[in-house]
Amino acid sequence: MTHIEKVSRRGFLGSAIGAGALVLGVGVESAEAAAAAWSPSVYLGLEPNGTAVIVAHRSEMGTGIRSVLPMVVADELEADWQKVRVQQAVGDTKYGSQNTDGSCSIRDFYDAMREAGATARLMLEQAAAKKWNVPAGECKGQNHFVVHAKSGKKAAYGELVKIAATLPVPKKGDLRLKPESEFRYIGKELPTIDQADHTRGAGRFGIDARMPGMLYASIERPPVLGAKLRSFDDSAVKGVKGVVQTSTIPGFKPPHLFQALGGVAVLADSTWSAAQGRKKLKVEWDLGPNGAFDSAREKAEILAKIKQPGKVVRNEGDVDKVFAGASRIHEASYYVPLLSHAPMEPPAAVAEWRDGKVVTYAATQNPQAVQEAVAGAMGIKKEDVTCHVTLLGGGFGRKSKPDYVCEAAILSRQVGKPVKVVWSREDDIKFDFYHANAGMYMKAALDEKGRPTAWLHRSAFPSIGSTFDAAAEYAMELEMGMGWVDLPYAIANHRAENLPHKNHVRIGWMRAVAHIYHAFAIHSFVDELAAAANRDRVEYILDLLGPDRQVPIQPVGMKYWNNDQGQDKFPVDTARLRRVLEVAAEKSGWANKKPGKGRALGVAAHRSFLTYVAAVVEVEVDERGRLTIPRVDVAVDAGQIISPERARSQVEGAAVFGTSLAMMGEITAADGRIVQSNFNNYPVARIQEAPRVTHVHLVPSKAPAAGIGEPGVPPIAPAITSAIFAATGKRIRELPVRKTKLV
Amino acid sequence: MIQLKVNGSAKRFDGDPEMPLLWYLRDVLDYTGTKFGCGAGLCGACTVHVNGEATRSCVTSMRDAAGKEITTIEGLGAKSEHPLQAAWKQCNVSQCGYCQSGQIMQAAALLKAKPKPTNADIDTAMQGNICRCGTYQRIRQAIQIAAGVKA
Repeated sequence: MTHIEKVSRRGFLGSAIGAGALVLGVGVESAEAAAAAWSPSVYLGLEPNGTAVIVAHRSEMGTGIRSVLPMVVADELEADWQKVRVQQAVGDTKYGSQNTDGSCSIRDFYDAMREAGATARLMLEQAAAKKWNVPAGECKGQNHFVVHAKSGKKAAYGELVKIAATLPVPKKGDLRLKPESEFRYIGKELPTIDQADHTRGAGRFGIDARMPGMLYASIERPPVLGAKLRSFDDSAVKGVKGVVQTSTIPGFKPPHLFQALGGVAVLADSTWSAAQGRKKLKVEWDLGPNGAFDSAREKAEILAKIKQPGKVVRNEGDVDKVFAGASRIHEASYYVPLLSHAPMEPPAAVAEWRDGKVVTYAATQNPQAVQEAVAGAMGIKKEDVTCHVTLLGGGFGRKSKPDYVCEAAILSRQVGKPVKVVWSREDDIKFDFYHANAGMYMKAALDEKGRPTAWLHRSAFPSIGSTFDAAAEYAMELEMGMGWVDLPYAIANHRAENLPHKNHVRIGWMRAVAHIYHAFAIHSFVDELAAAANRDRVEYILDLLGPDRQVPIQPVGMKYWNNDQGQDKFPVDTARLRRVLEVAAEKSGWANKKPGKGRALGVAAHRSFLTYVAAVVEVEVDERGRLTIPRVDVAVDAGQIISPERARSQVEGAAVFGTSLAMMGEITAADGRIVQSNFNNYPVARIQEAPRVTHVHLVPSKAPAAGIGEPGVPPIAPAITSAIFAATGKRIRELPVRKTKLV
Repeated sequence: MIQLKVNGSAKRFDGDPEMPLLWYLRDVLDYTGTKFGCGAGLCGACTVHVNGEATRSCVTSMRDAAGKEITTIEGLGAKSEHPLQAAWKQCNVSQCGYCQSGQIMQAAALLKAKPKPTNADIDTAMQGNICRCGTYQRIRQAIQIAAGVKA
């Protein structure tokens, strides 16, 4: 237990002392505070010593969200940031959604956080008014004090907690939100709360979590999705020093959802011993129908399939008629392979089954999904699963799927001790929920200026829907709504079609999701059309965008997803896309930098997660075909920006993530098994391969806050291939770029 | 019995001499600042100093660590903050933060060998350290600030 006490002081395992304690604003070390502390909202509490405890209910995987949302609360509270302690929430529906993906934390919780802070401030003002017997309207919260200007009276927040706790919580309509001019933290450049810890190795991630008496597990999983365990021989395992026992995890029942994949686990007294024991396992599998899966064959199937008509999901004008009468037609097919998330911290969790309940510490983007999945695996109520959220060493969508937490819980019940599961890198690469491989066919009829008069695009890919419905073959509305059916170009005749395709591996969402392949196909095709017309690419895209307007998106037979937001509040606005394109062009020096000596610029502009992004990428290709990226300029209109510093860092990072998937990312299967295993054969961008510098230009915007974590990714790949074409004349229609010799 | 020094204090280990130093640091000593990323010396997350040299602890056995002085991220700034740690904060380098211990340990070894590194020196020294969040430009900037060299 000494260990627990030690880390408790750092606030990591603190909430273990009592689930829900933090909601009451209770200090981890301060038991007396429990009775006196006051919490007018689930998102914050105030202790009598004045410490504001602000709850971070979203997961921290590098976006800065667990600092930035509390800053919003603190701003409206008029709190002194030095007197704020951020407390990471356990999974609980009372916080609203905790699913930290979809670039929606700010969009969905900005108002709620402001209201939480403003509620507490108003009550403190009312408490001071009561104490001084003056009108509440004359009292003002200011930097952790309430002041009464007329009398010069001043009281620290902590002194007012007792009175405030007796007051009724005011109605929303009575709140006074601060005007922008009075913001202390919103829109300002503040460091996140975790920066200092990260320079000392003091941040506690899922892989760092411990429970007393725990065993370490290493799991041999079915090598093919749906393979069944035929037999195993663990006789050699038991001789390995440190090994305690083996245990089997049953296979999943379709659909696989976030269930454990199943397999044979070796449990030992250290990570190393468990891994050594696993090497001695002899396991036989019945591979089942996915045992014949082959990526090369699948690619050929997809590329053939998209030449055929599919289900029409958007249809304006008469594309067939225009094609029939057109004198110039341009067509092309594009392909993007399976991709793996590969966060630097692989999936990791520790869980304990005790008395019919589960307590877990997990690197998870979605503690409520952990509760549901673990409850399902154990046959208990989700309320009986307590999920403490650690820091995440990257997430990118992988860690919203808690199969690894289920593994830890199942094994804990079997062995009667807490169990820690840490995936090896090989496990991570071979058993991911992969970003879908996709084929896209594009066709345009062109007028004398090379402008499209008709536009047809078709797609085929295994859908994320297959994770929830084993029979799903058509794309989900969510996927098609990501930069595909919502293309805002001013082209009168426009049709989009989707073709069914079956999954053979687990398919999941990865940072920017379907925008990745949609943006690659659409913007590459636009680049081809501009080149065929011998027109400047920026000017050509502006022409396609047409006059400034809001484009109503009306797909056929489906709802336009639009990130679950109405088009009234978040319309598809071509003026905003035009503006970011103009800014990116201007800041990059587009007009004056002409291609030469293997050096050129490329461009793409794309709306995703309700945010408008244009990227200009400069590439240099040397005489050996080696590509470097000296500079990227990204212009972003994400609506209101709460933390410009973290917004820039997200867009810088997205340029690197986009470079990885454009240049080198590829997962393939042969005989049903994933071929890649580690960073040697699934490379990601390193320092010399990443853009040397990415300049992020945040375009001032009056629009409501939209996404920032993902929107920087989609335009990077097509902008890189656009630049490669300008520099070398090589047209890349299939990712990753490394498969094509550039000279 | 293997004897070694970790962050200045003497340690003894009588477990499997093939166990990588990484797991000894993490599982036995609870020095969790040193991270696991690949287990194959491919990503640099586990970088520590062995007798002052930047070393991948995931592929360094306890047998090879015998008699050596090990410094982890917890030991780097134990006496006074390393200039890299200050520069890292100044640049707000970290996103998820997971790889940064290894990045800082690698960079510290670089600055010891080359106090005024060029861009090419930084590329060469840091190319073994992956950051999936993509903080490379700030890592470079922080190294240059700590070294007092211009970008």
